[in-house]
Amino acid sequence: MRWEGLRLAETAHAAAIGRPSRRSSREGAAAATLSLGFTTAYLSVIVILPIAALIWASTQGGIRQFWSVATAPEAIAALKLSLGAALVVSLLNAVFGTITAWVLVRDDFRGKRVVNAVIDLPFALPTIVAGLTLLALYGPQSPVGIDVSLTRKAILLALLFVTLPFVVRTVQPVLLELDLEAEEAARVLGASEARVFRSIVLPNILPGILSGVALAFARAVGEIGALVLIAGNTPFKTEVASVFVFLHIQGGDQAGASAVAVVMLAISFATLLLIGGLRFLATRHERA
Amino acid sequence: MRRYALRFTALGYLLLVLLGPLAMVFVRAFDNGLDALWKTLSDPNTLHAFWLTLLITAIAVPLNTVFGVVCALAIVRRRFPGAGLVNAIVDLPLAISPVVVGLSLFLLYGRTGWFGPWFQGHGVQILFALPSMVIATIFVSLPFVAREVVPTLREIGDEQEQAASTLGANGWQTFWRITLPSIRWAIIYGVVLTTARCLGEYGAVAVVSGNVEGKTQTATLRVQDAYENFNQSGAYGIALVLAAMSVIVLVAMTLLRPKEEAA
Repeated sequence: MRWEGLRLAETAHAAAIGRPSRRSSREGAAAATLSLGFTTAYLSVIVILPIAALIWASTQGGIRQFWSVATAPEAIAALKLSLGAALVVSLLNAVFGTITAWVLVRDDFRGKRVVNAVIDLPFALPTIVAGLTLLALYGPQSPVGIDVSLTRKAILLALLFVTLPFVVRTVQPVLLELDLEAEEAARVLGASEARVFRSIVLPNILPGILSGVALAFARAVGEIGALVLIAGNTPFKTEVASVFVFLHIQGGDQAGASAVAVVMLAISFATLLLIGGLRFLATRHERA
Repeated sequence: MRRYALRFTALGYLLLVLLGPLAMVFVRAFDNGLDALWKTLSDPNTLHAFWLTLLITAIAVPLNTVFGVVCALAIVRRRFPGAGLVNAIVDLPLAISPVVVGLSLFLLYGRTGWFGPWFQGHGVQILFALPSMVIATIFVSLPFVAREVVPTLREIGDEQEQAASTLGANGWQTFWRITLPSIRWAIIYGVVLTTARCLGEYGAVAVVSGNVEGKTQTATLRVQDAYENFNQSGAYGIALVLAAMSVIVLVAMTLLRPKEEAA
């Protein structure tokens, strides 16, 4: 009630002095133009123009040439490997990320705060260092006798490392806000733990899991730093799309590099659209 | 029982994927003793690589911070047509591969690119030089400040700002005294994330830099260079310094988060 009163007083006050005053509205308009102009110019120079240049360059030889380059066996193999690995890694993240988030919210043990902080480490660590750390434990000189270097297993391992925080960090806040009463009510009514999870917890955290998975997928498809040292670049075996693009730029094959890069760009756009859609779904209750 | 099973699954997974490998870096870096480590780190080319990484970070972070704040204010407060599109474009660098970013810049500023010939005619070297490396780093670290500030701005609402302007404050005064203090933790958190991304950038810079030792080689590029030239302890030594930097970043992130939530 007090709040309402305050608001009314504010409105009355504003009306009395004729807000917004002429001077401040002109100033406001100038500030708006300036900030919008700056935002647009910055985004154009840094993001839009380079991407436009890439798309333009890839179509220089005509659509037919683009298609034949993008569907060359080595390019297809690299794209398939990237998508396949990203898919597997996303699914593993959905499972382990959700479990980790659950443990961090519902469980209690010594050192939980440290574990919670460590989750963000892959965001803070340079990816090339991430690859090197994996090589130290799972490389040729592995102290535990496991050597996955230069195999496809190494790709999965490196991608799991760099995408680890995404699902944890999208599920954790939802779990924190979840009302425990609904779960207790279900238990009182005789629901098993599995049933409680399936019917009450999962529907609530699903949008979080999915947007975390989508972010992890986008990251995994484009990753290069964590892969170069541990996975290598053997065509048809461990050469992912980003490594393909990199090697073909170095080799002077701009047509091949840009064709595969444009396909990767399309995958990025599609993933972003998906994330936008999920966000829309996740906030439908708030908007209603 | 179930609780313990889940706890050990989660902690075991973290140990296998994250903590185990990281611990090994410390072991490997000291493999050949302190002298070897010191020799690697005091090498002029290594020092130059770190200097270059810090220089690029020092240019990219302030630019992206100013952009992030201005862009967030424009998206949340101005409600202009196309705000959704701008919001989506800001997200793009999170989803685009760094290599694709590098190639795009390569094509834009290269010999046959739209801007390449012009800059070349004026004697300005963009590719294989500092400018392209800075632009690439700005691209990949662009979203972080804006992403942190946008939700905070939405949450605090604009009632205080309106009150200030009713009381006669101009746009600058309102920004400095009302808006900035209430979003400062979000900005600082965004700056920490941006810094981490800049220090660690590899893919985009690898494409545009040319990777010339002592000239256009950053710290992350030097890690790869050392490893591929069979200087393993060197690679682990440089990686150790980079890992130490990220631990500092991580501590900053952890200390900042509660404050951000309390605000």
